[in-house]
Amino acid sequence: MNLSKTIKNGFLILIASLVLTACATKKTTGQLQGDVYTGSDTIEFLASGVPDRVFFATNETVLTTASRETLRKQASWLRKNSDINVVLEGHADERGTREYNLALGERRANSAKDYLMTYGISSNRISTLSYGKERPVDSGSNPLSWSKNRRSVTVKTN
Amino acid sequence: MILRYLIIILILLPIKTFALIEVDITRGNLSPLPIAVSPLSIDENSKKNFKDILKKENLGSEISIIVENNLKQSGLFNPINKDSFLQKPDIANLKPRFEDWNLIKAQALITGKVTFVDEKLRVEFRLWDVLAGKEMMALAFTTVPSNWRRVGHIITDKVYERLTGESGYFDTRIIYVAEEGSKTKRIKKLAIMDQDGFNNKFLTLGNELVLTPRFSPTNQMVTYLSYFKNLPRVYLLDVETGMQEVVGDFPGMTYAPRFSPDGKKIIMSFAKDGRSDIYTMDLENRIVERITNHPSIDTSPSYSPDGKFITFNSDRSGYQQIYIMKNNGKNVKRISFGNGLYGTPVWSPRGDLIAFTKLHKGKFYIGVMRTDGTGERLLTENFYQEAPSWSPNGRVLIFYRETKTDSKGEGFTAKLWSIDLTGYNEKMVETETDASDPSWSSLLGN
Repeated sequence: MNLSKTIKNGFLILIASLVLTACATKKTTGQLQGDVYTGSDTIEFLASGVPDRVFFATNETVLTTASRETLRKQASWLRKNSDINVVLEGHADERGTREYNLALGERRANSAKDYLMTYGISSNRISTLSYGKERPVDSGSNPLSWSKNRRSVTVKTN
Repeated sequence: MILRYLIIILILLPIKTFALIEVDITRGNLSPLPIAVSPLSIDENSKKNFKDILKKENLGSEISIIVENNLKQSGLFNPINKDSFLQKPDIANLKPRFEDWNLIKAQALITGKVTFVDEKLRVEFRLWDVLAGKEMMALAFTTVPSNWRRVGHIITDKVYERLTGESGYFDTRIIYVAEEGSKTKRIKKLAIMDQDGFNNKFLTLGNELVLTPRFSPTNQMVTYLSYFKNLPRVYLLDVETGMQEVVGDFPGMTYAPRFSPDGKKIIMSFAKDGRSDIYTMDLENRIVERITNHPSIDTSPSYSPDGKFITFNSDRSGYQQIYIMKNNGKNVKRISFGNGLYGTPVWSPRGDLIAFTKLHKGKFYIGVMRTDGTGERLLTENFYQEAPSWSPNGRVLIFYRETKTDSKGEGFTAKLWSIDLTGYNEKMVETETDASDPSWSSLLGN
């Protein structure tokens, strides 16, 4: 009886903490969701309604729902403009070692490239270029600035 | 009774053998050795000749200032103010009056003489043990006058070696990245300077982004990453001739280059399709060998001094950690297990330690650990610092630090810093511009 009660209580605490962590990760503070940038400060447009960049969480290369939506818009624009080629420029924030950040930027650009390819864009039209932490858009030293810098930007090459 | 005598004799023997002064560099030196560096004596004729050639009023005292400054910077010596010297340089070099030097509390004394002989610079110098009243070392050498700063560094190396029992690191150069401009539009150039900041020279113009230059351990070659034509590739540069060529011309980014200990290979990362693996290229026959094969990021490789092992950075466990493996990529073993992320492992030239950068709870640390990952010791904590490089004797680390910007995103700087392996003597290394990615050369050789 005692034991099962303990287990039950433990279980409740576990559920409660799971709910709490879920809240924590989904918490939106201003322009951040988790620590992914959701604002529009730095974004430029490849064409009307086609944002040029997607953002990432710290040390992550996974595309968020919003990023996938942006990339689908880019893919559809690229399908309509089949003469245009692009370079995906991958970037990291300043909170990492230079060499690892170069790799991380490359991985982020490729993460975006893979998604464009699944939406029918030929790999011949997409190249990647990592800048690591070398080209921040925001010079601030705070979580919001860093979130704007963790990005993959699609740039026309012709 | 007999046993007691034996013990006393055993204790006395080693002390007697090392009666002359020595400097212990294995622990933080809180009482640096008081040393007097007498200006090197110079005759009027030599003085005039050197003044004509080098535009230096008194070359003898100029060289002694280099020595004095080097010794001071090492943190192990406390050079005594020259104003208190009682004996003239020329007489001191013949036979110091030890009482005079003892009076100003010098324990060691350096004297010497420079002469102009057959268009050359001839230097002789002596190191004296003031308390024992003995000459510890006497050396002479001849070189071209333009080498005069190196003369000061070579003297320092000899003195350092004699007093610490380890080879010096003063006759060396640092290659680094000179930085200018705003944080978002940084202009970067390769630059090289003497270890003490003199003879600074820019090696590229800043037209393309350049990163992570590394000296060859055997000659004056440098390998680095250049974004020439927006293709990030590993390059090779001969510092003497200025000749450069691409060596990592793979279908994708090559980066994180370093030389093998014999200077014959370059080890680097090749990034493609979101993964980075480690490769080597033989500089003679251009044969490329793949060392790691894993979907993770494998980067920042660094050879052990005997060339048999490689330490590298990988996130194959999910996060950045330090690994070692045999030079053929076999026997991969993770060695960092502390809290936080680990990067930029660099094998000490002495072989026993690996220096690294650690990121933990928003702070960056430079630290060292044994090659099996035990004995982790963090030397310094800061907002941002990384990329340690060893002095050729493995006693000092040089790295770079970046500052936090203010609420307007301004006030960004990048500077070189050095710290003793003991964790003492942390100081900024002066550079003309902002600076990062330092790499220490080996001793230039006489």
